[in-house]
Amino acid sequence: MIPEIGHFSLWLALGMALVLGTVPLLGAQTGRADWMVLARPLSYLLFFFVAFAFACLVVSFVGHDFSVRYVATNSNTALPLPYRIAAVWGGHEGSLLLWVQMLALWTVAVAAFSRHLPAAVAARILAVMGLIAVGFLLFMLLTSNPFDRLFPAPPEGRDLNPLLQDPGMVIHPPMLYMGYVGFSVAFAFAIAALIGGTLDSTWARWTRPWTTVAWMFLTIGIALGSAWAYYELGWGGWWFWDPVENASLMPWLLGTALIHSLAVTEKRNSFKSWTVLLAILAFSFSLLGTFLVRSGVLSSVHAFATDPLRGQFILAFLAVVVGSSFGLYAWRAPEVGIGKRFGLWSKESALLGNNVLLVVAALAVMLGTLYPLVIDALGLGKISVGPPYFDAVFMPLMAPTVFLMGIGPLARWKNAELPAIALRLRWAAGVAIAGAVLTGVLAGEVRLVATLGLVMAYWIVGSVLTDLWGRLHPHGMDWAHAPTRLRQIPRALVGMMVAHLGIAVFCIGVVMVKTYEVESDVKMLVGDSTTVRGYTFTFDGIKELQGPNYVAAQGQMRVTRDGHPVADLRPEKRIYRVQQNPMTEAAIDSGLTRDLYVSLGEQVEGGAWIVRVYVKPFIDWIWYGCLFMALGGLLAVTDRRYRRAAEAQ
Amino acid sequence: MTRLSPCSNNSIADMRTAVSRIVISLAWALACVGVLAAEALPASNDPILEARVMKISNELRCLVCQNETIAASHADLAVDLRRQVREMLQSGQNEQQVIDYMTARYGDFVLYRPPFKALTALLWIGPGAMVILGLGTLFVVLRRRSRLGDAAFEPDDKDAPQDPHLS
Amino acid sequence: MMKHVRYLVPFGILLVLLYFLRAGLSLNPKEVPSPLIGKPAPAFSLPRLDQPEQRVSLDDLRGQVWMLNVWASWCVACRQEHPLLVQYAKQAKVPIYGLNYKDERAAGMKWLADFGNPYTASIADRDGRVGIDFGVYGVPETFVIDREGVIRYKQIGPLTPEVLRDTIEPLLKQLNS
Repeated sequence: MIPEIGHFSLWLALGMALVLGTVPLLGAQTGRADWMVLARPLSYLLFFFVAFAFACLVVSFVGHDFSVRYVATNSNTALPLPYRIAAVWGGHEGSLLLWVQMLALWTVAVAAFSRHLPAAVAARILAVMGLIAVGFLLFMLLTSNPFDRLFPAPPEGRDLNPLLQDPGMVIHPPMLYMGYVGFSVAFAFAIAALIGGTLDSTWARWTRPWTTVAWMFLTIGIALGSAWAYYELGWGGWWFWDPVENASLMPWLLGTALIHSLAVTEKRNSFKSWTVLLAILAFSFSLLGTFLVRSGVLSSVHAFATDPLRGQFILAFLAVVVGSSFGLYAWRAPEVGIGKRFGLWSKESALLGNNVLLVVAALAVMLGTLYPLVIDALGLGKISVGPPYFDAVFMPLMAPTVFLMGIGPLARWKNAELPAIALRLRWAAGVAIAGAVLTGVLAGEVRLVATLGLVMAYWIVGSVLTDLWGRLHPHGMDWAHAPTRLRQIPRALVGMMVAHLGIAVFCIGVVMVKTYEVESDVKMLVGDSTTVRGYTFTFDGIKELQGPNYVAAQGQMRVTRDGHPVADLRPEKRIYRVQQNPMTEAAIDSGLTRDLYVSLGEQVEGGAWIVRVYVKPFIDWIWYGCLFMALGGLLAVTDRRYRRAAEAQ
Repeated sequence: MTRLSPCSNNSIADMRTAVSRIVISLAWALACVGVLAAEALPASNDPILEARVMKISNELRCLVCQNETIAASHADLAVDLRRQVREMLQSGQNEQQVIDYMTARYGDFVLYRPPFKALTALLWIGPGAMVILGLGTLFVVLRRRSRLGDAAFEPDDKDAPQDPHLS
Repeated sequence: MMKHVRYLVPFGILLVLLYFLRAGLSLNPKEVPSPLIGKPAPAFSLPRLDQPEQRVSLDDLRGQVWMLNVWASWCVACRQEHPLLVQYAKQAKVPIYGLNYKDERAAGMKWLADFGNPYTASIADRDGRVGIDFGVYGVPETFVIDREGVIRYKQIGPLTPEVLRDTIEPLLKQLNS
């Protein structure tokens, strides 16, 4: 009964979305207040029905209802409860429902926090979100119904892919989708502004916090995915430039550009059509990502089970949404004025330079991801574009971006005096170079590419500190007033500094681990040990383990340094009972300055085990950096002016 | 451990057995100590060669799983291809010859680093060209705007209110 | 007017992108075409599966058009195409040689005994080296090789009646003329 009720709830949600997508929109066009005012309650109803359906699916999983095909393919009676819930979004149909759930959540949030918006604007925004919901609900109901029944119901399910039975799996997709889907809000704001002809700095001020929050979630989602791949997949890597990873990176890059562009538009009312284009692009790339992951067009370890019909539907949806947005853009954007004046060298142009570089980076990633498809479609053969290409192309693009990151915050609006900035930053540049070389020396070996990367990272730190200094001591050193001035720095600016520092931390992590990582592949008998970078790893044998739904051979590794115990690591080789695939679970000891990573290979003749031991310096800084970035975003949206605006509602 | 024959009551034989037992125990003890203190041997016989094999293998795509390198993949074919790379390097061939060997049999698909040729020129040159084009366009647009009279712009009275902190 | 054209650029790029994405829906990104089509088959010399003292080499097969079918007893998909092969072999239109890929002799012989033997002879590629030379990456695969020892066609995956009828038969006719 419950699956049918859930299914029916989805149809009701579709109904709500259809009305939401049409009536308030027409109301805004014709000035009918009674139609416009329906937007909010319809949003709440949409959310209610989607959430109800979602709850029904969760209940089906928790209750082991294998008569539902989706539950039978993704669950099992031995599957522990948290993973039974996570399995809801483990496959195509359920993750689609999660997508719609997130969309409904954002819609309701906009409905709740939009009272300060003029009625027509709010109506249009919510209507656009309703239309997007129509597309996805139709897609689900017509091609990917999670509530399809399976008769006769099997007594046992096929089990969730063991790779997904992990805490990271529980949280990564929801975070990612909150971000991905969240860009639909900026998109809706953009479309509403284009339709209503109200594209100005006020519009930018409204759009900014929504974009920042979505960006925050996307940052966390991508970071979680990367961290999860690192500790779960057993090969020690954290980014493979896989099409699905790229599908989440492209909106992120565009979202970052959008946040900065909105600042220009908000402050100077300029480059409005560019900003609105970015807002459309960010969400368009989210949709493109959805297509790439679910259509079977690209080969990816991540891709969901697909069939061409589904691919065609999403493609048609993509064509309609993005096509009509670009059409609307081409029609309305030329009428938008160019705003206030600013100089060739100014904060505005630094921000726009940053925009260009980020957009090019996103396009470069798209080029690499889709190139094999284009070549194949033209009948010119099959090629592969993988990590060596992306690393070679992406890193050099980041260098000028990071350089600008150091200059932008110190530049003034309207007119930046370059000589003055150069003067302020000279010590930051010096410290960056010296620091980079010193780091190399301390690490044991100075290497060119690593030094360049570290210069970039330290350059950002130096710039942030210079900026901070300038705010604390605007007229020469004045420690007496510094604490007051510190407290007066607007939270949004603190957020910027923290986020930029996050990038620096991220860069340090990437550079250090790529350059100074050490690996040791050894054959170990009981009692053998190996020493890597001062850490001694001793093999104490294998223990046989029984997990809730697997059996495992667990290695017992003791790690010491200078005789002092450091960690006990337990890498495993598991066989999950249902799917019978062997899985390697690496054992990791995380530290502030290094990770110790051990993974168990095969057993060889003589009873020895192949063991892979890594010492990875600073690898966790990659994810700390992402956390800093997200924190920066959080600080920015909790700035006083937004809190005041929220209170005023 | 040796077992005494239950029927043996020869005292000399008993003593010999006892001594041999002690000797055997001592031998075991020494062996265990030796084992406990052993430094693990590298998994391969030639770590430097192995590093070269891995470096090349990290650029080759596993054709079975197709989303891993042959360095990381556990598939039989990946193991076979790694063996092939190892043998070629051992016989003195260089990296380019290994790459040529693989592409002769599997095509460019097996390379994660697309070779630079007419077909991939757009791929390799694209990003750089886009940067130049993008920044160039930005520069031209900004410079053109800087030449316009003040009338073309909005008056610069005060900036958007309530945001002195956007400075 | 020119001003408006600039704003249509995103729309234009979208159309191009949609064209390629649509085309992509009918392609198979996982299929790897062989670079050996039109090139000489790699030289090999392998023992026969049934009589290991006897060897078969590429040169032995020059002067005739023949098919090489890569199979193994552990390969599930091979069972799918095998009845078709057995039946096709009965028509004796073209000699079919089997390449027993990374298999055990006993297992391979038993498999042929159980499911039928369409092969003029099967040769044992125990360690898979000849397979690599042929660019084999999945089993089953089938090659059509002409009189001069040049590879003319490669079938990735199991043979189907349609492929036999629409692609291989015409090719054989052409090569034999």
